[in-house]
Amino acid sequence: MVLPTNLKHIASASEHAEILKDHENVMVCCGRMGPMCLPVYDIMGELQDEYKHVEFRDMAFDNPEAGVIRNIPEAGSFMGLPFTIYYKNGKVVAATSSIQTKEQVKEILDREF
Amino acid sequence: MSENYYDSIIIGGGAAGLTAGIYLARGKASVLILDTATIGGQMVLTHQIANYPGVEEVSGYQLSMIMRKQAESFGCTIKSNIQIKNLSLVDEIKKVELPDNSVFRSKTIILASGGRSRMLNISGEKKFKGHGISYCATCDGDFFQDKEIIVVGGGNSALEEAVSLTKYASKVTILHEFDYFQAFEHAVEEARSNPKIDFIMKSHLTEFIGNEKLEGVKYKNLSTGEINAKNIDGVFIFIGYEANTEMFRDSELKLNKWNEVPTNDMMETSIKGVYAAGDLRQKRVRQVTTAVADGTIAAVSALGYIYGG
Ligand SMILES: Cc1cc2nc3c(=O)[nH]c(=O)nc-3n(C[C@H](O)[C@H](O)[C@H](O)COP(=O)(O)OP(=O)(O)OC[C@H]3O[C@@H](n4cnc5c(N)ncnc54)[C@H](O)[C@@H]3O)c2cc1C
Repeated sequence: MVLPTNLKHIASASEHAEILKDHENVMVCCGRMGPMCLPVYDIMGELQDEYKHVEFRDMAFDNPEAGVIRNIPEAGSFMGLPFTIYYKNGKVVAATSSIQTKEQVKEILDREF
Repeated sequence: MSENYYDSIIIGGGAAGLTAGIYLARGKASVLILDTATIGGQMVLTHQIANYPGVEEVSGYQLSMIMRKQAESFGCTIKSNIQIKNLSLVDEIKKVELPDNSVFRSKTIILASGGRSRMLNISGEKKFKGHGISYCATCDGDFFQDKEIIVVGGGNSALEEAVSLTKYASKVTILHEFDYFQAFEHAVEEARSNPKIDFIMKSHLTEFIGNEKLEGVKYKNLSTGEINAKNIDGVFIFIGYEANTEMFRDSELKLNKWNEVPTNDMMETSIKGVYAAGDLRQKRVRQVTTAVADGTIAAVSALGYIYGG
């Protein structure tokens, strides 16, 4: 189960683990095709060229395997889609809930990666 | 002219701006559309648009992508997710400056920066966005399964979304500043007859309280001045609309007391060569259809000005 976006997707928990293992900097946006999520996918798509050292992926929130994101402690208080998680060397370094602006996303990318 | 010169620069790539772009580009004008966020504007925030004639049902995202594709296919240059640093409207050649100091010039400008949901701007609102505060029932409703929530507002959106949220929430309290609603009678009836819905009238929320996530609110009774606290899991805010005109508020452009842009029937503003289209205008009906109509008229007016017709 993957989202119909132009981003590269994560379809399973094992793929998620593999991407974290293979890439130092990873941003994953886990959501649906709703109004709060679409702008974040759009921003990620635009930033891909500028941040070549970051791996940008999305994951469908309703995919049962997205538990690897839904259930992380950093998302414990999240009550708004999308859940956006930033990983460095496989560890969560930042996480946001709900819609974000390009400036907010860039601020985290610049700070963490 | 230099590559940074356009016949028209459009500020805002929602329904109004994209439509103006389509008409201008088809009229052989060179067009740049600049948007601070995602192209599509409020259309992207709309799950289903069922009242756009000729299209039985379409998601707002799909409709905006089609409009964008049309605008690009006719030759519009579109830049999204960019900030505008300076805008100078009064001179014959208009000027738009971006934060990287690049400057774009044009003969005409179409202001189509639309509007946005109003925020309460009270303590805790930013902190708890996505942690109990939401502006989209269809997006976030299912996080509130069997939870108690407040819906703030008294218009159609507030009442309709309150009813739809009863699918999930154990109890929904509608909190509104007046002792009457501004919604259609059928929406009021539906909310009033729903056993899961309660009302707190003539009150304002004053504070959001919590640690990691929202745990409660304070609200003030506007008749007595009394402040009460209430434990709550979530708050959905639907308190109407605000024009995106901050950028023009210190300029020579005339705005009305709600900071909307007044125009004549041809979408001309108080400044020559500057037009306004869509939800930022002073008008009563704000829909995709009216934004599209405004965009069309603004483009035709601008074409007349560009070609001296
Ligand atoms: C939840 C919701 C549901 C709706 N449902 C319907 C419906 O079913 N049917 C219907 O017809 N209408 C509906 N509407 C209303 C409709 O979406 C709007 O009236 C219409 O889209 C307005 O178009 P616009 O181009 O004027 O403005 P907007 O859509 O607001 O677009 C303005 C654009 O300008 C950009 N912008 C803002 N400030 C700046 C700036 N300073 N510089 C550059 N760019 C800027 C914004 O990012 C945005 O992309 C709905 C609205 C909402 C919020």
